[in-house]
Amino acid sequence: MTALSMYWMAIVLMMVGLYTVIARDNLVKKIMGLNLFQVSVIMLYVSMGKVAGGTAPILDHGALPEGFVAFSNPLPHVLMLTAIVVGVATTALGLAIVVRIKEAYGTVEEDEIVAMDNALHSGEG
Amino acid sequence: MAGGAEIEVVHRTLSDHLPVLAVVLPLVAAPVCVLLRKPALVRPFAIMVAWATLGISVSLLSTALGSGPIDYHVGGWAPPVGIAYRIDVVNAWVLVIVTAIASVTFPFGEGHENLDLDPSRVHLYYATLLLCLCGLLGMAATGDAFNIFVFLEVSSLSSYALIALGHKRQALRAAYSYLVMGTIGGTFFLIGVGLLFQSTGTLNIVDLSERVQPLLGSRTVVAAFAFLLVGLGIKLAIFPLHQWLPNAYTYAPAKVSAFLAATATKVGVYVLLRVLFGIFGVAFVFHTLRLEVLLLPMSLLAMFAGSLAAIAQTDIKRLLAYSSIAQIGYMTLGISFANIDGLTGSVLHLFNHALMKGGLFLVVACVNARIGSSRVQDFAGLGRAMPLTMAAFVLGGLSLIGVPATVGFVSKWYLVIGALERGWPVVALLILLSSLLAVVYVWRVLEVIYFKERPADAPEVCEVGWRMLAPTWILIGAAVYFGLRAELSSTVAIEAAKTLIGSVP
Repeated sequence: MTALSMYWMAIVLMMVGLYTVIARDNLVKKIMGLNLFQVSVIMLYVSMGKVAGGTAPILDHGALPEGFVAFSNPLPHVLMLTAIVVGVATTALGLAIVVRIKEAYGTVEEDEIVAMDNALHSGEG
Repeated sequence: MAGGAEIEVVHRTLSDHLPVLAVVLPLVAAPVCVLLRKPALVRPFAIMVAWATLGISVSLLSTALGSGPIDYHVGGWAPPVGIAYRIDVVNAWVLVIVTAIASVTFPFGEGHENLDLDPSRVHLYYATLLLCLCGLLGMAATGDAFNIFVFLEVSSLSSYALIALGHKRQALRAAYSYLVMGTIGGTFFLIGVGLLFQSTGTLNIVDLSERVQPLLGSRTVVAAFAFLLVGLGIKLAIFPLHQWLPNAYTYAPAKVSAFLAATATKVGVYVLLRVLFGIFGVAFVFHTLRLEVLLLPMSLLAMFAGSLAAIAQTDIKRLLAYSSIAQIGYMTLGISFANIDGLTGSVLHLFNHALMKGGLFLVVACVNARIGSSRVQDFAGLGRAMPLTMAAFVLGGLSLIGVPATVGFVSKWYLVIGALERGWPVVALLILLSSLLAVVYVWRVLEVIYFKERPADAPEVCEVGWRMLAPTWILIGAAVYFGLRAELSSTVAIEAAKTLIGSVP
């Protein structure tokens, strides 16, 4: 697997996610698309930290373990731990809002919600 | 190594920790609010925290003005290992704006009377408000690109929750679509930071600005720039990316609208300034990439489309939201001039717009507390029933237009000078023309307030109490005070503009 194929995978995942967010009317599916979109960025970062012939940066008397030529930079992985937390928080909050939308409107389909709001507006006017 | 760090800590006094205290204080206070539970305790506590952060920010600003930028290493770990906070005039200014607005809006009203909040949930509301404050301050204070992303998400997540508190069910939809847009924007920002990290190997903004200079031609860096620009564009609602803003500000509780409208987009503009001038530099952004070709038409479109849309609105909160889009156009317009006067106008408008828009949204909150509506037609005859509140609306509206002796005039003055200096007299003319549109939408409301009778069947309305009037008038009064004594705020803004232009050689 070449270095570039990782980027292609990240881009494909990202576009699948973004397309789901734009094209789906179901609010839960939109959140899933958003999740895919965020996961693709995590893959992008993690692939950045990969060095050919590299290993985890655990110092063993300052020497590289047998069979490795370099230490990988652990920073991208650490950053992504934070990004995962952000992703989980976003998903949890998004789903909580969807639950309340379901309570208030009785549906999680965006087109039906928009129709209900529009009907309300024309009724007022 | 560990011993050295300890010695460093021992010799530090509390005042050395101010840069991080401004951020940590609201962060720690939020869970304390949840533990305190009783509204009678939580409310004064949150207000005290906001005032404390204001005090810290003012002291940081005076230090930054007096003795230059303050560098702070979180936990005593020097970069590149640790996270560095760097407070210069620009972000100290933004810290003061955000904390000042928080200090004035937190005490507004009774806390839950505008929100339809169950009194047993008030502590959660204040905890979320403090988290939002913490995120905004963190974005402004930090000198680490990834840290900006983290705080961006902290402030965004809490603002989605705050917007969803609105008592109409459309508030939920507004919060949901803001969540989707905001997450896409935040993730774009993250991709941009990742690409920059990939090419430079650092996340510290000062290091980034040095190491990125020899790499500016590379496609990775240009792509990073594009991702950062679009991501931030969504956050600060630059014209074609503003779709989330009107609904979010319309359906959020009025007090939340006032706080967010006056702070959230301002911090977004600050981060954009930092990215454009602090990382990439004027030479690359405006001479190589020629960003003004994109930014200038978008800003002008925002000014005109925002104002025209505001004219057509029947709800005052939505009117003010569209007016915000127009006002953000003024800020990005000043950036697109890329000269000291234009930037001064932008930086000054951050402060000025925060004062007037915060004040106007508080006026709407006052009215909402009395008549339970924010439709323009329901304001009929309120000029007599609520004279003090409506007088505040008049002054705030005049400031939006940019009438002399209000703050709106001062920032537009700098923008016009910046446009003329850049050799764009047509743009200067367009700034004046768009102000005329502001006259139209402000006048529409004033006409209803003062020249229409209250309907005979409408219930009696009386003036709101001082707990609501005082915060409103502090903001509106400041909008007039800093309009008359413009040299106070503009010396800081000029200093900030010079820092920005000169930050990358």
